[in-house]
Amino acid sequence: MSNNNASSSSVAVAQKAVKQLRIEAKMRRINVSQAATDLKNFCLQNAHKDPLLVGVPSSDNPFRPPKSCGLL
Amino acid sequence: MKKEAEALKTQIEAARKAACDTDMASAASGVAPAPRVQLKTRRTLKGHLAKIYAMHWSTDNKLMVSASQDGKLLIWDSHSGNKVNAVPLKSSWVMTCAYAPSGNLVASGGLDNMCTVYNLKTPVIKTVKELDAHTGYLSCARFLSDTEILTSSGDTTCALWDLETGKQKTVFLNHVGDCMCLALSPDMNSFVSGACDSLAKLWDIRDGQCKQTFQGHTSDINAISFYPSGNAIITGSDDCTCKMYDLRADQEVIGYQDAALNSGVTSLALSVSGRLVFAGYDDFNCNIWDSLKGEKVGVLSGHDNRVSCTGVPVDGMCVCTGSWDSFLKIWN
Repeated sequence: MSNNNASSSSVAVAQKAVKQLRIEAKMRRINVSQAATDLKNFCLQNAHKDPLLVGVPSSDNPFRPPKSCGLL
Repeated sequence: MKKEAEALKTQIEAARKAACDTDMASAASGVAPAPRVQLKTRRTLKGHLAKIYAMHWSTDNKLMVSASQDGKLLIWDSHSGNKVNAVPLKSSWVMTCAYAPSGNLVASGGLDNMCTVYNLKTPVIKTVKELDAHTGYLSCARFLSDTEILTSSGDTTCALWDLETGKQKTVFLNHVGDCMCLALSPDMNSFVSGACDSLAKLWDIRDGQCKQTFQGHTSDINAISFYPSGNAIITGSDDCTCKMYDLRADQEVIGYQDAALNSGVTSLALSVSGRLVFAGYDDFNCNIWDSLKGEKVGVLSGHDNRVSCTGVPVDGMCVCTGSWDSFLKIWN
């Protein structure tokens, strides 16, 4: 009895694995060259808006109070 | 059936190989290198009394929540460095925390196997729900809204919960190892999970299906993030590497590794253009990688113990690192 249960559950696991592989196999893939170009273009087009890449002037930096000159 | 499984795997590998006409580094060879990134610590947030395990920015770019095994969630105003709120946890074995996009709610979870949701806007912070159905630890939680939250668990499943009923709407089953991390896609229709089976999986939130599986890592995937365009994901692993997988090409397009690095990756976050990857490691550092060229362009050193969490706010103005040394640091 327990042997039957063990083998039927492993069959169920195998069926599930095959079902999943069928879904994944159907996928239509694009070439890496196309994918990489799109990723690269996104980066480059958004670079100017990336504060960690281009730097944050202290006047706009909420984490850095602007330097003020003390009067002598 | 085993034969069919093998045949399908071979078919998938062949299809990936056929699409693999180059790699990211080659495609980006004409791109100017990223500048050497030297960020300074702008704030050191002191207040936790034990290891910090997680942090998450609020969408307002100012507040953030952190979780420590001192049994507290702390809400910080990152601009002033002050603590705004403290939420005592029923269980101190916390592994994750999350801020709802609205700013109204935060969530925590860990070895108690539960995800607890708190309302920050009531006069006294109240527990609004205890989400109890996972049979393993809660490794990560992310709010979709004030009414839905996604969780990943050591029980190998991820789940979508209805916060009004407190019940699981959808359970995502396919990993064969503890799920360690999850990340929501920018369009909120899908999410990716990383697990101890060394696989990353892409899921459709609404139909519960695993759509794609990404292999290549040789150990637990501890951290995962979407590239801001939504077309790629980046993973960080105990195998000491990070990888970028493109979703439409269905494969790894570049890896971030260095022979000198032999510590696991614990956490990662991307700058808003996707160009910089901030990866936290067990060796107390956070390394900064050029996502297109695969080169290390900087390092954030300053913690005295493992960097356990990193996060970049929506406006990309800084990066926060949290550590087992009990401090959070804000850098830009």
